[in-house]
Amino acid sequence: MPHLQFPALSVPLVLFWVFAVVACLMGLLVIVLANPVSSALALVMTLCAVAGLFLTLGAQFIAAVQVIVYAGAIMVLFLFVIMLLQLRGEPGGLRGVLFGPKVLAGALGVALITQMGSLVATAAWPAGAADPAAFDSPLNTQMIGKLLYSRYLLPFEVVSVLLLVALLGSVVLAKRKF
Amino acid sequence: MPVINAYMPALLMLALATGFALFTVVASRLIGPYRPTREKNMPYECGIEPVGSANDRFSVKFYLVAMLFIIFDIEAVFLYPWAVAFRELRLFGLIEMLVFVALLLVGYIYVWKKGALEWD
Amino acid sequence: MIHLLDNMLIRAAVQGLMIISIMLGCVTFLVWTERKVAGHIQLRIGPERVGPFGLLQTIADVIKLFMKEDITPSSANKVLYTIAPMLAVIPPMTSFAVVPVWSQFALADFNIGILWVLAFTSLSVYAIVLAGWSSNSKYSTLGGLRATAQMISYELAMGLSILPILMWSGTLSLREIVLLQQRHLWNIAVLPFGPIAFLLFLICAIAETNRAPFDLPEAEAELVAGFATEYSSMKWSFFFLGEYAAIMTGCAVATSLFLGGWGGPFVDQVPLLGIVYFVAKVFALIFVFMWVRWTFPRFRYDQLMGFGWKFLLPATLGTLVLGAICMTVFPGFYHQFYGR
Repeated sequence: MPHLQFPALSVPLVLFWVFAVVACLMGLLVIVLANPVSSALALVMTLCAVAGLFLTLGAQFIAAVQVIVYAGAIMVLFLFVIMLLQLRGEPGGLRGVLFGPKVLAGALGVALITQMGSLVATAAWPAGAADPAAFDSPLNTQMIGKLLYSRYLLPFEVVSVLLLVALLGSVVLAKRKF
Repeated sequence: MPVINAYMPALLMLALATGFALFTVVASRLIGPYRPTREKNMPYECGIEPVGSANDRFSVKFYLVAMLFIIFDIEAVFLYPWAVAFRELRLFGLIEMLVFVALLLVGYIYVWKKGALEWD
Repeated sequence: MIHLLDNMLIRAAVQGLMIISIMLGCVTFLVWTERKVAGHIQLRIGPERVGPFGLLQTIADVIKLFMKEDITPSSANKVLYTIAPMLAVIPPMTSFAVVPVWSQFALADFNIGILWVLAFTSLSVYAIVLAGWSSNSKYSTLGGLRATAQMISYELAMGLSILPILMWSGTLSLREIVLLQQRHLWNIAVLPFGPIAFLLFLICAIAETNRAPFDLPEAEAELVAGFATEYSSMKWSFFFLGEYAAIMTGCAVATSLFLGGWGGPFVDQVPLLGIVYFVAKVFALIFVFMWVRWTFPRFRYDQLMGFGWKFLLPATLGTLVLGAICMTVFPGFYHQFYGR
């Protein structure tokens, strides 16, 4: 067990706790709330809080993308699906769930927590970001651009193929007549 | 200086705006009268009793729009770092972007030809 | 640490409160202006009874709205019904924080300023969709649905329309973009993509605020008041407030991106002139918004979606490709005329 040292109170640390608590609370609300639309809104808040966590790490571009893509685009689709299926909420929320699924979910939850706990305890944590200077630099996004378009060129172009497939797939799924 | 310090004022603005919104909603509820009646609290339907439910099924079109939006939004997100780094990437960057956009253009034309952009 | 936090937080809090109050003041003034503009365009006088030139009309309206009963339909989802109007106001106010008002002041200045604006713009959809859904009324649901589809379509084009400018400037910081325009020409003058991108951005910004000719979500002839049908009192006025705040933020961002922000003649000698220039440019753009609203007829819904997906989307991407090709093929031209 390494010696735990509590760092002095600092702006990132305070914000980390704020965002972490909000993320956990809202994440809890996602599964506790009976109304699916409320759950979706709670999930939006969770995603925004996670974006805040990215910010405290200095990953500004990722934080912005997290909000724009996840909270701003994907969750709109979620809401549309909820509205399309006309879900107005299960009366009683968790109480309405059958006993069997509850036990299964509980067991899986315990397994997940043990797994994560053992990971946290045994993993070797890198101290800080790989290159803190890169995060602090005003050219953060520019660096991402340069890396993405040179070293990670192939994955990037593969992504465009993936997007193309998604595009075709969504039309095939949603179109009634061809 | 951690990066987040530059964001503190903007995050504070978020908190202030939220506070303002909360305060105003609560204040107006307290200041204004509150005399609900059954008729007053009915959903508006041009003066008659509401007929049927408000959650009628809606067109799958909206769902498709949301899907297309996500895909093109992700494309835009990939183009931001490209745009910012363009002055250094130069010709190479241009070609990469053209390939990227051309691939999506193929999908876009397909979507258009299949009539997914029409509102019938 | 405590010192730093104290100073920074207190200063930022005071400045933030100032921005919110100024925005509220501007909104009351803008509502009056809109009614005056509408009046004169339609050969009427507009408000003239309350105060000089009717200037106090909006304040009287706000007081009236405060005194009105706040009705929540019995079938509504109470919590979401209350949260929705708040979500209409918070994003535009928060995104204004990154706008550089003049050389000495921007509430917050960081590398990804423009992405901050886009992120909060993308969140403002929820006000509409939640308002429509939670009211549990037919008109609201339909209006909310329409508005959501419209907003995401035009938000997409808006995000793409600024790409040529980012490519030209090489930065996402609004302050940097404004500073570059001080040293060189305004971005709107960068041929060939500057003026096109500006026009496209402006169209998207108008559609994003759901204003005529894109005001289908509240098309009164068919949907009563769209997503806001069931709302009353201050909650109702929050949608208005959100709309005008979004107009201000949109115009301020457009000013910073395309019109040189606070820049203008003699601004180096007299820095305070910067505020005057900035405010003048923003208000000129807002006037264009109003002019457009009271001049053009409303779109039909299929035309609106077609315009967004079949014209704006390819047009914004085409502008980007055009700009990138021009910058690569004719570097000499840009060196000579724009010094970059």
